[in-house]
Amino acid sequence: MPKKIENVGCPYCGVCCDDLVVTVSDDGRHVLEVENACAIGNEIFHHASGDNRIKLPRLRQPDGTYKDISYDEAVDYAAKVLVKAKKPLIYGFGSTNCEGMAAAAKVAEKAGAVLDNCASICHGSSFLAIFDNGYPSCTLGETKNRADVIVYWGSNPAHAHPRHMSRYSIFPRGFFTGKGHKGRKIIVIDPRYTDTARVADIYVQVKQGQDYDLFNAFRTVIHGEDIPDEVAGVKKEQILEVADILKKARFGTIFYGMGLCHSDGRNHNVDIAISMTRDLNDFTKWTIMAMRGHYNIAGPGVVWAWTTGYPYCIDMSKKDHAYMNPGETSSIDLAMRDEVDAFFNIGTDAGAHFPIEAVKHLKKHPWITIDPNICMASEIADLHIPVGIVGVEVPGIVYRMDNVPIQYRQVLNPPEGVISDEELFERIHQRICEIEAEEGITQTGAAAADTQKSIVGE
Amino acid sequence: MVDKLTLNMITQRSIEEGVAMEKGKTTQEYFEACSIIEMNEEDIRKLGLLPNQLVKVTSECGSVIVKAIKGRQTVYPGLGHIPQGVWANQIVPPRTQATGEPQYSGFPATVESARGERRKSALECVQGAVGLWRSD
Ligand code: SF4
Repeated sequence: MPKKIENVGCPYCGVCCDDLVVTVSDDGRHVLEVENACAIGNEIFHHASGDNRIKLPRLRQPDGTYKDISYDEAVDYAAKVLVKAKKPLIYGFGSTNCEGMAAAAKVAEKAGAVLDNCASICHGSSFLAIFDNGYPSCTLGETKNRADVIVYWGSNPAHAHPRHMSRYSIFPRGFFTGKGHKGRKIIVIDPRYTDTARVADIYVQVKQGQDYDLFNAFRTVIHGEDIPDEVAGVKKEQILEVADILKKARFGTIFYGMGLCHSDGRNHNVDIAISMTRDLNDFTKWTIMAMRGHYNIAGPGVVWAWTTGYPYCIDMSKKDHAYMNPGETSSIDLAMRDEVDAFFNIGTDAGAHFPIEAVKHLKKHPWITIDPNICMASEIADLHIPVGIVGVEVPGIVYRMDNVPIQYRQVLNPPEGVISDEELFERIHQRICEIEAEEGITQTGAAAADTQKSIVGE
Repeated sequence: MVDKLTLNMITQRSIEEGVAMEKGKTTQEYFEACSIIEMNEEDIRKLGLLPNQLVKVTSECGSVIVKAIKGRQTVYPGLGHIPQGVWANQIVPPRTQATGEPQYSGFPATVESARGERRKSALECVQGAVGLWRSD
Protein backbone atom coordinates (compact mmCIF):
# COMPACT_ATOMS: atom_id res chain seq x y z
CA MET A 1 0.00 0.00 0.00
CA PRO A 2 1.31 3.47 -0.85
CA LYS A 3 2.19 5.44 2.25
CA LYS A 4 1.07 9.01 2.95
CA ILE A 5 3.62 11.06 4.91
CA GLU A 6 2.45 14.33 6.44
CA ASN A 7 4.21 17.50 7.62
CA VAL A 8 7.03 17.05 5.16
CA GLY A 9 9.44 19.98 4.66
CA CYS A 10 10.27 21.25 1.19
CA PRO A 11 13.98 21.44 0.38
CA TYR A 12 13.95 24.33 -2.04
CA CYS A 13 13.38 27.90 -0.93
CA GLY A 14 13.72 29.80 2.34
CA VAL A 15 9.97 29.67 3.04
CA CYS A 16 10.61 26.08 4.21
CA CYS A 17 7.01 24.94 3.80
CA ASP A 18 6.57 22.12 6.30
CA ASP A 19 3.00 21.22 5.46
CA LEU A 20 3.61 19.01 2.44
CA VAL A 21 1.90 15.65 2.16
CA VAL A 22 3.90 13.15 0.15
CA THR A 23 2.60 9.79 -1.02
CA VAL A 24 5.29 7.21 -1.68
CA SER A 25 5.12 3.80 -3.29
CA ASP A 26 5.16 0.49 -1.41
CA ASP A 27 8.87 -0.06 -1.80
CA GLY A 28 9.72 3.44 -0.56
CA ARG A 29 11.52 4.24 -3.83
CA HIS A 30 9.06 6.43 -5.72
CA VAL A 31 7.08 9.56 -4.99
CA LEU A 32 3.55 9.15 -6.32
CA GLU A 33 1.99 12.43 -5.25
CA VAL A 34 2.96 15.70 -3.58
CA GLU A 35 0.28 17.89 -2.03
CA ASN A 36 0.55 21.56 -1.00
CA ALA A 37 3.90 22.25 -2.67
CA CYS A 38 4.39 24.91 -5.35
CA ALA A 39 5.60 23.99 -8.83
CA ILE A 40 9.25 24.01 -7.76
CA GLY A 41 8.74 21.97 -4.59
CA ASN A 42 6.72 19.46 -6.61
CA GLU A 43 9.52 19.03 -9.13
CA ILE A 44 12.13 18.28 -6.44
CA PHE A 45 10.26 15.30 -5.05
CA HIS A 46 9.41 13.87 -8.45
CA HIS A 47 12.91 14.40 -9.76
CA ALA A 48 14.36 12.48 -6.79
CA SER A 49 12.64 9.29 -7.82
CA GLY A 50 13.77 9.59 -11.43
CA ASP A 51 15.97 6.87 -12.89
CA ASN A 52 18.83 9.08 -13.93
CA ARG A 53 20.50 9.45 -10.54
CA ILE A 54 24.25 9.13 -10.17
CA LYS A 55 25.00 6.30 -7.73
CA LEU A 56 28.80 6.21 -7.55
CA PRO A 57 31.52 8.86 -7.32
CA ARG A 58 33.04 9.74 -10.68
CA LEU A 59 36.70 10.64 -11.25
CA ARG A 60 37.83 12.64 -14.29
CA GLN A 61 40.26 10.73 -16.52
CA PRO A 62 43.14 12.20 -18.57
CA ASP A 63 40.98 11.97 -21.72
CA GLY A 64 38.33 14.17 -20.09
CA THR A 65 35.74 11.44 -19.46
CA TYR A 66 34.46 10.28 -16.08
CA LYS A 67 35.12 6.87 -14.53
CA ASP A 68 33.08 5.40 -11.64
CA ILE A 69 35.06 4.81 -8.45
CA SER A 70 34.14 3.60 -4.95
CA TYR A 71 33.25 5.89 -2.05
CA ASP A 72 36.46 4.77 -0.30
CA GLU A 73 38.54 5.89 -3.27
CA ALA A 74 36.65 9.18 -3.45
CA VAL A 75 37.14 9.86 0.25
CA ASP A 76 40.85 9.13 -0.10
CA TYR A 77 41.16 11.44 -3.12
CA ALA A 78 39.31 14.28 -1.37
CA ALA A 79 41.38 13.90 1.81
CA LYS A 80 44.64 13.96 -0.15
CA VAL A 81 43.60 17.09 -2.05
CA LEU A 82 42.87 18.81 1.27
CA VAL A 83 46.12 17.70 2.90
CA LYS A 84 48.16 18.85 -0.10
CA ALA A 85 46.46 22.22 -0.61
CA LYS A 86 47.81 25.25 1.23
CA LYS A 87 44.51 27.08 1.22
CA PRO A 88 41.55 25.03 0.01
CA LEU A 89 38.10 26.63 -0.28
CA ILE A 90 35.03 24.71 0.87
CA TYR A 91 31.95 26.51 -0.44
CA GLY A 92 28.20 26.07 -0.83
CA PHE A 93 25.79 24.54 1.71
CA GLY A 94 22.55 26.22 0.57
CA SER A 95 21.07 22.78 0.05
CA THR A 96 22.16 20.53 2.85
CA ASN A 97 21.31 20.02 6.51
CA CYS A 98 22.95 21.51 9.62
CA GLU A 99 24.46 18.15 10.49
CA GLY A 100 26.38 18.19 7.19
CA MET A 101 27.46 21.79 7.81
CA ALA A 102 28.86 20.95 11.23
CA ALA A 103 30.79 17.98 9.83
CA ALA A 104 32.18 20.14 7.02
CA ALA A 105 33.34 22.77 9.51
CA LYS A 106 35.30 20.08 11.32
CA VAL A 107 37.00 19.10 8.06
CA ALA A 108 37.70 22.75 7.20
CA GLU A 109 39.45 23.32 10.50
CA LYS A 110 41.46 20.13 10.21
CA ALA A 111 42.51 20.99 6.65
CA GLY A 112 43.17 24.68 7.28
CA ALA A 113 40.56 25.66 4.71
CA VAL A 114 38.43 28.70 4.00
CA LEU A 115 34.81 27.85 4.77
CA ASP A 116 32.15 29.85 2.98
CA ASN A 117 28.49 29.53 2.06
CA CYS A 118 26.16 30.85 -0.63
CA ALA A 119 25.39 33.92 1.50
CA SER A 120 28.76 35.07 0.20
CA ILE A 121 27.12 35.88 -3.16
CA CYS A 122 23.59 36.40 -1.83
CA HIS A 123 22.71 37.90 1.58
CA GLY A 124 26.32 38.44 2.69
CA SER A 125 25.64 42.16 2.38
CA SER A 126 22.87 41.68 4.89
CA PHE A 127 25.28 40.17 7.40
CA LEU A 128 27.57 43.17 7.02
CA ALA A 129 24.70 45.61 7.57
CA ILE A 130 23.30 43.61 10.47
CA PHE A 131 26.71 43.58 12.22
CA ASP A 132 26.82 47.35 11.87
CA ASN A 133 23.24 48.31 12.49
CA GLY A 134 21.31 45.52 14.23
CA TYR A 135 18.35 43.50 12.98
CA PRO A 136 14.90 44.53 14.22
CA SER A 137 13.28 41.38 12.85
CA CYS A 138 10.51 38.94 13.76
CA THR A 139 9.34 35.47 12.81
CA LEU A 140 7.13 34.74 9.83
CA GLY A 141 4.41 33.72 12.29
CA GLU A 142 4.40 37.22 13.78
CA THR A 143 4.01 38.75 10.33
CA LYS A 144 1.16 36.38 9.53
CA ASN A 145 -0.65 37.05 12.80
CA ARG A 146 -0.02 40.77 13.21
CA ALA A 147 1.06 42.62 10.08
CA ASP A 148 -1.37 44.95 8.32
CA VAL A 149 1.25 46.54 6.04
CA ILE A 150 3.84 44.57 4.13
CA VAL A 151 6.61 45.89 1.92
CA TYR A 152 8.47 43.75 -0.61
CA TRP A 153 11.55 45.74 -1.58
CA GLY A 154 13.81 44.36 -4.33
CA SER A 155 12.35 40.92 -3.84
CA ASN A 156 10.03 38.94 -6.06
CA PRO A 157 8.42 36.15 -4.03
CA ALA A 158 6.00 35.27 -6.84
CA HIS A 159 9.08 33.80 -8.55
CA ALA A 160 11.70 33.13 -5.89
CA HIS A 161 9.53 32.16 -2.90
CA PRO A 162 6.25 31.04 -4.49
CA ARG A 163 4.24 30.33 -1.30
CA HIS A 164 5.59 33.20 0.80
CA MET A 165 2.59 35.42 0.08
CA SER A 166 -0.04 32.75 0.57
CA ARG A 167 1.45 31.38 3.78
CA TYR A 168 2.68 34.48 5.56
CA SER A 169 1.94 37.84 4.06
CA ILE A 170 -0.90 38.68 1.73
CA PHE A 171 -3.53 36.02 1.97
CA PRO A 172 -3.58 34.16 5.30
CA ARG A 173 -5.85 35.09 8.18
CA GLY A 174 -3.94 35.37 11.44
CA PHE A 175 -4.96 36.03 15.06
CA PHE A 176 -5.08 39.80 14.64
CA THR A 177 -5.40 39.86 10.87
CA GLY A 178 -8.72 38.05 10.53
CA LYS A 179 -9.70 39.82 7.31
CA GLY A 180 -6.79 38.24 5.42
CA HIS A 181 -6.11 40.01 2.15
CA LYS A 182 -8.75 42.71 2.71
CA GLY A 183 -7.18 43.90 5.93
CA ARG A 184 -3.70 44.27 4.52
CA LYS A 185 -1.83 46.77 2.38
CA ILE A 186 0.92 45.39 0.20
CA ILE A 187 3.57 47.71 -1.19
CA VAL A 188 6.06 46.50 -3.80
CA ILE A 189 9.17 48.54 -4.58
CA ASP A 190 11.12 47.27 -7.59
CA PRO A 191 12.55 48.55 -10.87
CA ARG A 192 10.63 45.80 -12.70
CA TYR A 193 6.86 45.48 -12.80
CA THR A 194 7.07 41.95 -11.43
CA ASP A 195 4.37 39.36 -10.88
CA THR A 196 4.60 40.30 -7.19
CA ALA A 197 3.95 43.95 -8.14
CA ARG A 198 0.79 42.82 -9.96
CA VAL A 199 -0.85 41.68 -6.72
CA ALA A 200 0.26 44.74 -4.73
CA ASP A 201 -1.95 47.63 -3.61
CA ILE A 202 0.83 50.07 -4.39
CA TYR A 203 3.70 49.63 -6.83
CA VAL A 204 6.64 51.98 -6.58
CA GLN A 205 8.98 51.87 -9.57
CA VAL A 206 12.42 52.77 -8.27
CA LYS A 207 15.24 53.39 -10.75
CA GLN A 208 17.62 50.41 -10.68
CA GLY A 209 20.58 51.06 -8.37
CA GLN A 210 18.95 54.06 -6.65
CA ASP A 211 17.35 52.27 -3.71
CA TYR A 212 19.61 54.09 -1.26
CA ASP A 213 18.32 57.45 -2.46
CA LEU A 214 14.73 56.33 -2.09
CA PHE A 215 15.28 55.03 1.44
CA ASN A 216 16.89 58.35 2.26
CA ALA A 217 13.86 60.20 0.91
CA PHE A 218 11.51 58.04 3.02
CA ARG A 219 13.61 58.67 6.13
CA THR A 220 13.63 62.40 5.46
CA VAL A 221 9.85 62.48 5.10
CA ILE A 222 9.35 60.27 8.16
CA HIS A 223 11.49 62.77 10.11
CA GLY A 224 9.14 65.52 8.92
CA GLU A 225 11.48 67.23 6.46
CA ASP A 226 10.91 68.17 2.82
CA ILE A 227 12.27 66.31 -0.25
CA PRO A 228 12.75 67.16 -3.97
CA ASP A 229 9.86 66.65 -6.43
CA GLU A 230 11.30 63.38 -7.62
CA VAL A 231 13.78 60.93 -6.05
CA ALA A 232 15.13 57.77 -7.74
CA GLY A 233 12.47 58.11 -10.43
CA VAL A 234 9.63 58.24 -7.88
CA LYS A 235 7.33 61.28 -7.56
CA LYS A 236 7.22 63.14 -4.27
CA GLU A 237 3.45 62.57 -3.92
CA GLN A 238 3.90 58.81 -4.02
CA ILE A 239 6.73 58.94 -1.48
CA LEU A 240 4.52 60.99 0.86
CA GLU A 241 1.59 58.62 0.34
CA VAL A 242 3.66 55.50 1.10
CA ALA A 243 5.43 57.11 4.09
CA ASP A 244 2.04 57.93 5.55
CA ILE A 245 0.88 54.32 5.20
CA LEU A 246 4.10 53.08 6.82
CA LYS A 247 3.67 55.41 9.80
CA LYS A 248 0.02 54.52 10.31
CA ALA A 249 0.50 50.75 10.22
CA ARG A 250 -0.25 48.73 13.34
CA PHE A 251 2.50 46.25 12.53
CA GLY A 252 4.64 46.16 9.43
CA THR A 253 7.31 43.97 7.90
CA ILE A 254 9.77 44.89 5.16
CA PHE A 255 10.85 41.82 3.19
CA TYR A 256 13.86 42.67 1.06
CA GLY A 257 15.86 40.68 -1.44
CA MET A 258 18.64 40.66 -3.98
CA GLY A 259 17.52 43.98 -5.45
CA LEU A 260 19.35 45.56 -2.51
CA CYS A 261 22.24 43.10 -2.07
CA HIS A 262 23.26 42.68 -5.72
CA SER A 263 23.16 46.34 -6.76
CA ASP A 264 25.54 49.23 -6.26
CA GLY A 265 25.78 50.02 -2.57
CA ARG A 266 25.31 46.40 -1.45
CA ASN A 267 25.40 46.40 2.38
CA HIS A 268 24.74 50.15 2.51
CA ASN A 269 21.32 49.58 0.93
CA VAL A 270 20.48 47.08 3.66
CA ASP A 271 21.99 49.32 6.32
CA ILE A 272 19.68 52.20 5.46
CA ALA A 273 16.69 49.82 5.22
CA ILE A 274 17.41 48.84 8.82
CA SER A 275 17.74 52.50 9.81
CA MET A 276 14.38 53.26 8.22
CA THR A 277 12.83 50.36 10.16
CA ARG A 278 14.27 51.82 13.34
CA ASP A 279 12.90 55.28 12.49
CA LEU A 280 9.44 53.84 11.93
CA ASN A 281 9.52 52.29 15.39
CA ASP A 282 9.24 55.81 16.79
CA PHE A 283 5.66 55.73 15.49
CA THR A 284 4.54 52.12 15.44
CA LYS A 285 5.90 48.57 15.25
CA TRP A 286 8.01 47.76 12.19
CA THR A 287 10.21 44.75 11.44
CA ILE A 288 12.53 43.77 8.61
CA MET A 289 13.52 40.41 7.17
CA ALA A 290 15.97 39.17 4.55
CA MET A 291 14.30 36.89 1.99
CA ARG A 292 16.85 34.10 2.30
CA GLY A 293 17.02 32.07 -0.89
CA HIS A 294 17.58 28.39 -0.21
CA TYR A 295 15.75 26.34 2.36
CA ASN A 296 18.77 26.04 4.65
CA ILE A 297 20.98 28.93 3.67
CA ALA A 298 20.30 30.46 7.08
CA GLY A 299 21.72 27.21 8.52
CA PRO A 300 25.47 27.69 7.99
CA GLY A 301 25.24 31.22 9.39
CA VAL A 302 23.77 29.84 12.59
CA VAL A 303 25.85 26.65 12.86
CA TRP A 304 29.21 28.26 12.06
CA ALA A 305 28.61 31.40 14.12
CA TRP A 306 28.13 29.02 16.99
CA THR A 307 31.14 26.80 16.21
CA THR A 308 33.69 29.28 14.79
CA GLY A 309 32.35 32.69 15.80
CA TYR A 310 31.59 33.77 12.23
CA PRO A 311 28.71 33.07 9.84
CA TYR A 312 30.59 33.01 6.50
CA CYS A 313 33.90 33.82 4.72
CA ILE A 314 35.76 31.98 7.50
CA ASP A 315 39.48 31.69 6.87
CA MET A 316 40.93 28.90 9.03
CA SER A 317 44.10 28.49 6.97
CA LYS A 318 46.25 29.36 9.99
CA LYS A 319 44.55 26.46 11.81
CA ASP A 320 44.76 28.02 15.27
CA HIS A 321 42.31 30.84 14.70
CA ALA A 322 39.38 31.74 12.51
CA TYR A 323 39.28 35.04 10.64
CA MET A 324 36.55 36.72 8.61
CA ASN A 325 36.87 39.66 6.26
CA PRO A 326 34.42 39.66 3.33
CA GLY A 327 36.04 41.25 0.30
CA GLU A 328 39.25 39.44 1.28
CA THR A 329 38.15 36.01 2.55
CA SER A 330 35.02 35.75 0.37
CA SER A 331 34.91 33.05 -2.31
CA ILE A 332 34.64 35.27 -5.38
CA ASP A 333 37.44 37.58 -4.24
CA LEU A 334 39.69 34.66 -3.29
CA ALA A 335 39.02 33.11 -6.69
CA MET A 336 39.71 36.29 -8.64
CA ARG A 337 43.00 36.82 -6.79
CA ASP A 338 44.00 33.16 -7.28
CA GLU A 339 44.48 32.71 -3.57
CA VAL A 340 43.00 29.26 -3.19
CA ASP A 341 44.52 26.05 -4.53
CA ALA A 342 41.63 23.59 -4.27
CA PHE A 343 37.86 24.01 -4.47
CA PHE A 344 35.07 21.98 -2.87
CA ASN A 345 31.60 22.78 -4.21
CA ILE A 346 28.89 21.31 -2.01
CA GLY A 347 25.10 21.66 -2.06
CA THR A 348 25.19 24.46 -4.63
CA ASP A 349 26.27 24.97 -8.23
CA ALA A 350 29.16 27.39 -8.51
CA GLY A 351 29.55 26.34 -12.16
CA ALA A 352 26.21 27.91 -12.99
CA HIS A 353 25.97 30.67 -10.39
CA PHE A 354 29.43 32.19 -10.11
CA PRO A 355 30.45 34.72 -12.75
CA ILE A 356 32.28 32.64 -15.36
CA GLU A 357 35.54 34.54 -14.74
CA ALA A 358 35.62 33.24 -11.16
CA VAL A 359 34.88 29.71 -12.37
CA LYS A 360 37.85 29.87 -14.75
CA HIS A 361 40.19 30.88 -11.93
CA LEU A 362 38.98 28.15 -9.57
CA LYS A 363 39.26 25.55 -12.30
CA LYS A 364 43.04 25.96 -12.42
CA HIS A 365 43.17 23.78 -9.30
CA PRO A 366 41.54 20.51 -8.17
CA TRP A 367 37.74 20.92 -8.13
CA ILE A 368 35.55 18.50 -6.19
CA THR A 369 31.76 18.67 -6.40
CA ILE A 370 29.52 17.05 -3.80
CA ASP A 371 25.93 17.03 -5.05
CA PRO A 372 23.08 14.55 -5.55
CA ASN A 373 22.52 15.64 -9.14
CA ILE A 374 24.22 16.46 -12.38
CA CYS A 375 24.83 20.19 -12.49
CA MET A 376 27.38 22.53 -14.06
CA ALA A 377 29.71 22.14 -11.08
CA SER A 378 29.60 18.34 -11.45
CA GLU A 379 30.30 18.49 -15.18
CA ILE A 380 33.53 20.48 -14.84
CA ALA A 381 34.78 18.81 -11.65
CA ASP A 382 37.76 16.50 -11.27
CA LEU A 383 35.73 14.43 -8.85
CA HIS A 384 31.94 14.30 -8.41
CA ILE A 385 30.64 12.61 -5.27
CA PRO A 386 26.88 11.98 -5.21
CA VAL A 387 25.04 12.20 -1.88
CA GLY A 388 21.47 11.70 -0.69
CA ILE A 389 18.98 14.57 -1.19
CA VAL A 390 18.31 16.30 2.12
CA GLY A 391 14.61 16.61 2.88
CA VAL A 392 13.80 13.73 0.54
CA GLU A 393 16.25 10.94 1.32
CA VAL A 394 18.12 12.35 4.30
CA PRO A 395 16.44 13.91 7.35
CA GLY A 396 17.96 16.79 9.30
CA ILE A 397 17.66 20.24 10.78
CA VAL A 398 17.25 23.32 8.59
CA TYR A 399 16.86 27.00 9.46
CA ARG A 400 14.01 28.88 7.81
CA MET A 401 14.55 32.45 6.54
CA ASP A 402 13.51 33.83 9.95
CA ASN A 403 16.09 31.59 11.70
CA VAL A 404 13.48 29.21 13.05
CA PRO A 405 14.89 25.65 13.05
CA ILE A 406 12.73 22.94 11.49
CA GLN A 407 13.25 19.19 11.51
CA TYR A 408 13.05 17.86 7.95
CA ARG A 409 12.00 14.32 7.18
CA GLN A 410 13.07 11.47 5.00
CA VAL A 411 10.38 10.24 2.63
CA LEU A 412 12.39 8.01 0.28
CA ASN A 413 15.36 5.72 0.67
CA PRO A 414 18.47 7.04 -1.08
CA PRO A 415 19.66 5.00 -4.08
CA GLU A 416 21.53 1.98 -2.80
CA GLY A 417 24.97 2.77 -1.45
CA VAL A 418 24.60 6.57 -1.67
CA ILE A 419 25.62 8.27 1.61
CA SER A 420 24.76 11.60 3.25
CA ASP A 421 26.83 14.81 3.27
CA GLU A 422 27.39 14.34 6.98
CA GLU A 423 28.73 10.81 6.63
CA LEU A 424 30.90 11.85 3.70
CA PHE A 425 32.54 14.70 5.65
CA GLU A 426 33.01 12.49 8.71
CA ARG A 427 34.80 9.96 6.53
CA ILE A 428 36.95 12.63 4.90
CA HIS A 429 37.88 13.92 8.38
CA GLN A 430 38.79 10.42 9.48
CA ARG A 431 40.89 9.88 6.38
CA ILE A 432 42.79 13.17 6.85
CA CYS A 433 43.64 12.08 10.41
CA GLU A 434 44.93 8.75 9.09
CA ILE A 435 47.02 10.36 6.34
CA GLU A 436 48.54 12.82 8.79
CA ALA A 437 49.38 9.98 11.16
CA GLU A 438 50.88 7.90 8.34
CA GLU A 439 52.98 10.74 7.02
CA GLY A 440 53.85 12.01 10.49
CA ILE A 441 52.60 15.45 9.54
CA THR A 442 52.86 17.79 12.48
CA GLN A 443 50.90 20.95 12.47
CA THR A 444 52.63 24.27 12.59
CA GLY A 445 52.46 27.21 14.96
CA ALA A 446 50.20 27.30 17.93
CA ALA A 447 48.35 24.31 16.60
CA ALA A 448 51.35 22.02 17.10
CA ALA A 449 50.52 20.77 20.53
CA ASP A 450 47.89 18.11 20.94
CA THR A 451 46.29 20.37 23.46
CA GLN A 452 45.46 22.88 20.75
CA LYS A 453 42.20 24.71 21.17
CA SER A 454 39.70 23.53 18.67
CA ILE A 455 38.09 26.30 16.61
CA VAL A 456 35.19 24.08 15.78
CA GLY A 457 33.73 22.66 18.98
CA GLU A 458 33.12 18.94 18.72
CA MET B 1 17.04 52.53 -35.60
CA VAL B 2 20.44 51.78 -34.08
CA ASP B 3 22.87 48.84 -34.38
CA LYS B 4 23.82 48.73 -30.74
CA LEU B 5 22.19 49.78 -27.53
CA THR B 6 23.71 49.98 -24.07
CA LEU B 7 21.39 48.71 -21.35
CA ASN B 8 21.65 48.59 -17.57
CA MET B 9 21.55 44.84 -16.86
CA ILE B 10 20.02 42.97 -13.98
CA THR B 11 20.00 39.20 -13.42
CA GLN B 12 17.49 37.74 -10.95
CA ARG B 13 15.46 34.63 -10.21
CA SER B 14 12.49 33.45 -12.22
CA ILE B 15 10.10 30.64 -11.34
CA GLU B 16 10.67 29.03 -14.74
CA GLU B 17 14.37 28.90 -13.88
CA GLY B 18 13.59 27.39 -10.46
CA VAL B 19 11.39 24.62 -11.83
CA ALA B 20 13.73 23.84 -14.75
CA MET B 21 16.79 23.83 -12.52
CA GLU B 22 15.25 21.04 -10.43
CA LYS B 23 14.57 19.06 -13.61
CA GLY B 24 18.22 19.52 -14.49
CA LYS B 25 20.47 22.20 -15.93
CA THR B 26 21.07 20.19 -19.07
CA THR B 27 17.35 20.05 -19.94
CA GLN B 28 15.63 21.94 -22.74
CA GLU B 29 13.40 23.62 -20.11
CA TYR B 30 16.40 25.17 -18.39
CA PHE B 31 17.78 26.30 -21.74
CA GLU B 32 14.52 28.00 -22.70
CA ALA B 33 14.03 29.53 -19.24
CA CYS B 34 17.46 31.10 -18.93
CA SER B 35 18.96 31.86 -22.34
CA ILE B 36 16.76 34.94 -22.83
CA ILE B 37 16.92 38.65 -22.26
CA GLU B 38 13.82 40.61 -21.28
CA MET B 39 13.75 44.09 -22.79
CA ASN B 40 11.37 46.99 -23.09
CA GLU B 41 9.41 47.06 -26.35
CA GLU B 42 10.79 50.48 -27.14
CA ASP B 43 14.37 49.16 -27.01
CA ILE B 44 13.45 46.10 -29.09
CA ARG B 45 12.02 48.46 -31.69
CA LYS B 46 15.05 50.77 -31.57
CA LEU B 47 17.27 47.82 -32.50
CA GLY B 48 14.83 46.79 -35.25
CA LEU B 49 14.53 43.28 -33.82
CA LEU B 50 11.86 40.80 -34.82
CA PRO B 51 10.07 38.96 -32.02
CA ASN B 52 12.29 36.25 -30.49
CA GLN B 53 15.35 37.26 -32.47
CA LEU B 54 18.75 36.27 -31.07
CA VAL B 55 20.98 39.03 -29.76
CA LYS B 56 24.56 39.28 -28.59
CA VAL B 57 24.94 40.85 -25.17
CA THR B 58 28.40 42.11 -24.25
CA SER B 59 29.61 43.35 -20.91
CA GLU B 60 33.06 44.40 -19.67
CA CYS B 61 33.93 40.71 -19.24
CA GLY B 62 32.40 38.76 -22.07
CA SER B 63 29.54 38.09 -24.47
CA VAL B 64 26.60 35.74 -24.63
CA ILE B 65 23.97 34.98 -27.25
CA VAL B 66 20.40 35.01 -25.94
CA LYS B 67 16.87 35.44 -27.27
CA ALA B 68 15.31 38.90 -26.93
CA ILE B 69 11.77 38.88 -25.59
CA LYS B 70 9.39 41.43 -24.12
CA GLY B 71 8.60 39.32 -21.07
CA ARG B 72 5.63 39.47 -18.75
CA GLN B 73 7.42 41.23 -15.91
CA THR B 74 8.17 44.40 -17.78
CA VAL B 75 11.30 46.50 -17.55
CA TYR B 76 11.48 50.20 -18.31
CA PRO B 77 13.41 51.47 -21.37
CA GLY B 78 17.15 51.22 -20.76
CA LEU B 79 16.87 48.26 -18.36
CA GLY B 80 17.48 44.64 -19.40
CA HIS B 81 16.99 41.37 -17.49
CA ILE B 82 18.60 37.98 -18.05
CA PRO B 83 17.29 35.38 -15.57
CA GLN B 84 19.84 34.16 -13.07
CA GLY B 85 21.77 31.17 -14.39
CA VAL B 86 24.42 29.98 -16.79
CA TRP B 87 23.86 32.54 -19.58
CA ALA B 88 23.65 35.56 -17.26
CA ASN B 89 26.88 34.51 -15.59
CA GLN B 90 28.78 34.59 -18.88
CA ILE B 91 28.66 38.37 -18.59
CA VAL B 92 28.24 39.17 -14.86
CA PRO B 93 31.26 41.20 -13.66
CA PRO B 94 33.01 39.50 -10.73
CA ARG B 95 33.78 42.82 -9.01
CA THR B 96 32.35 42.82 -5.47
CA GLN B 97 32.72 46.32 -3.99
CA ALA B 98 34.73 44.57 -1.25
CA THR B 99 31.71 42.61 -0.01
CA GLY B 100 32.18 39.25 -1.73
CA GLU B 101 29.07 39.77 -3.87
CA PRO B 102 29.52 40.05 -7.63
CA GLN B 103 27.79 42.79 -9.63
CA TYR B 104 24.77 40.64 -10.51
CA SER B 105 22.60 43.71 -11.00
CA GLY B 106 23.35 47.12 -12.39
CA PHE B 107 26.14 46.70 -14.94
CA PRO B 108 26.30 48.11 -18.47
CA ALA B 109 26.02 45.78 -21.45
CA THR B 110 25.56 46.42 -25.14
CA VAL B 111 22.89 44.56 -27.09
CA GLU B 112 23.05 43.98 -30.85
CA SER B 113 21.64 41.54 -33.38
CA ALA B 114 23.46 38.18 -33.18
CA ARG B 115 24.00 38.05 -36.96
CA GLY B 116 23.79 34.32 -37.53
CA GLU B 117 25.43 33.25 -34.28
CA ARG B 118 23.60 30.61 -32.24
CA ARG B 119 22.80 30.14 -28.56
CA LYS B 120 25.16 27.76 -26.79
CA SER B 121 23.88 25.04 -24.49
CA ALA B 122 24.55 25.36 -20.74
CA LEU B 123 27.23 22.69 -20.93
CA GLU B 124 28.91 24.28 -23.92
CA CYS B 125 29.01 27.64 -22.10
CA VAL B 126 30.53 26.31 -18.89
CA GLN B 127 32.66 23.42 -20.13
CA GLY B 128 33.77 25.59 -23.03
CA ALA B 129 35.01 28.27 -20.64
CA VAL B 130 37.27 25.79 -18.84
CA GLY B 131 38.49 23.80 -21.85
CA LEU B 132 36.43 20.67 -21.29
CA TRP B 133 33.85 21.02 -24.05
CA ARG B 134 33.89 18.48 -26.83
CA SER B 135 31.20 18.83 -29.46
CA ASP B 136 29.70 15.57 -30.55
S1 SF4 C 1 7.38 28.04 -1.49
FE1 SF4 C 1 9.47 27.30 -1.34
S2 SF4 C 1 9.50 25.87 0.38
FE2 SF4 C 1 7.34 26.22 -0.19
S3 SF4 C 1 6.83 24.53 -1.60
FE3 SF4 C 1 7.52 26.27 -2.86
S4 SF4 C 1 9.74 25.98 -3.14
FE4 SF4 C 1 9.08 24.64 -1.45
